Amino acid sequence: MESRLTRILLGTWVVLVLLFLFVPIAIIVLYAFNASNVQSWPISGFSLKWFPSTWHNDEVREALWLSIRAGVLATFLAVIFGTAAAFAVHRFRFVGREALSFIVVLPIALPGIITGMALNSFFVFWHIPLSYWTIVIGHTTFCIVIVYNNVLARLRQVPRSLSEASMDLGADSWSTFRRVTLPTISTALIAGALLAFALSFDEVIVTTFTAGAQNTLPLWIFGAIRLGQKLPEVNVIVLVVMAVTFIPVFLAYRVTQPGSAKS
Amino acid sequence: MTAAEFGLDGRQGGALRRLSALFWRRPSLALVGLVVPPLAWLVLIYIAALGVLFIAAFWSVDPFTGEIDRTWTLANFEAVVSISTYRTIVFRTILIAAAVTLTDAILAFPVAYFMARIAGRRLRLVLITLVVLPLWSSYLARIYAWRLILAHDGALNWALRAIGLPSLSIGYSNWAMWIVFSYVWLPFMIMPVYAALERIPPSYFEASQDLGARGWRTLVKVVLPLAMPGLIAGSIFTFSLTLGDYITPVLVGGPGSDFIGNVVYSNVGVANNIPFAAAYATVPLVMMALYLWGARRLGAFEVM
Repeated sequence: MESRLTRILLGTWVVLVLLFLFVPIAIIVLYAFNASNVQSWPISGFSLKWFPSTWHNDEVREALWLSIRAGVLATFLAVIFGTAAAFAVHRFRFVGREALSFIVVLPIALPGIITGMALNSFFVFWHIPLSYWTIVIGHTTFCIVIVYNNVLARLRQVPRSLSEASMDLGADSWSTFRRVTLPTISTALIAGALLAFALSFDEVIVTTFTAGAQNTLPLWIFGAIRLGQKLPEVNVIVLVVMAVTFIPVFLAYRVTQPGSAKS
Repeated sequence: MTAAEFGLDGRQGGALRRLSALFWRRPSLALVGLVVPPLAWLVLIYIAALGVLFIAAFWSVDPFTGEIDRTWTLANFEAVVSISTYRTIVFRTILIAAAVTLTDAILAFPVAYFMARIAGRRLRLVLITLVVLPLWSSYLARIYAWRLILAHDGALNWALRAIGLPSLSIGYSNWAMWIVFSYVWLPFMIMPVYAALERIPPSYFEASQDLGARGWRTLVKVVLPLAMPGLIAGSIFTFSLTLGDYITPVLVGGPGSDFIGNVVYSNVGVANNIPFAAAYATVPLVMMALYLWGARRLGAFEVM
């Protein structure tokens, strides 16, 4: 329908926008292998030497370990709360159903500083010192929605008749849950958990308000970039963080592919 | 296969099985069991936190002891309105958020149009994946990439020199913030616009042409109005996310490029004045509430 010229112009625009999206990412990948500790372009020489030196940096290790611990626990809690909320909203009609689905989304719908600031004043108000636990509380709060959305979307796709058939065939409610419901939502659950972990692992804004003296990996990176220190290490870590957030997302994408769903 | 293989023999499961049976007989118990944990977490922590934030905005900090004085006062809000520095910061934040939203709309529309109308099924899937992918590659990394690119001896100036143009020094400036924000939030604009355009039945285009409308006229009279909810939905993301950010101003903004978020952050951390930070944080909150209210009236929520 569109003329040939229009199609070519639009196609060119798409290519330019994709370049705009991906060139910075390509550049950041290249800088991780920059031999020099001066961050100028073009990169004069490539080297792997910053990888071992980053790995032996104790601050980085501690930050990485904290990020993993916080991410794992927050994801675990988010899976429980998010799945429960999704089942409640899907299976039942109750007073406050709309409110529940609204409150779940709120922590990511509101600007990050609001969520961070609110949690911070809440902890100060109750004299709760900022620690590992306050980081986990913050991350859980905004990760719930990720699991909730994934599970709810799946529940809406699965016909109710599946579990009815199972119970007609003599399975009790537990067997039906274990053998029918759980397998049908399992990939959505895994995808939700992986995405929640990726989100938690990368989060900065809320974390700056809920972490005390400790650094998560993004906080360490933020601090280092800001002060212009240890930039070669920053280059390496940024690449690693990108990989660590990308791999779960890639896996989440794979498990939710229609072709790979369990039959 | 026997019943035992399917786990129907009644022995497995134990406590969980009995719990499950109880929930089956009493759906109301199941509902309570499902609703209470997430609702309690979100209400007792998150909603309560928002409540504290709101109330704290009406408190003050004793200048001598640094303790929070819980006497009701409007002083924080008066300071937000009357002190010109704070007004300037609010205007700067809104202006850049608006510029970013407009830029992203212009960048996104042709891409979304191509995805919805021209690309075949396979190409469309590839494009969707490519557009969403950057969102999942570290947010800090993407900002940092621009810091390197826009630096004085970075890739941008190298490219400009290579084609014989003079160098730019926009490394730490409002221009840098504009570019970086437009970059990081662009996928949030492309996706809803695509969703809106994809819903337009092809027959509308045919009808418009049959009635004699040329390409531009169809675009302006048919496509744009139908894409509007998508553009508005996208603008909610780009506007709200820019409004609430303070990382980008710190990393690529120059001196005097503070955003609302920076003032909030420094009042929480350095100045330890939570009541003022809370009052200032209500500015983006109120703005987003108004924005969402307007967007809802324009039907933006149907394509999100």
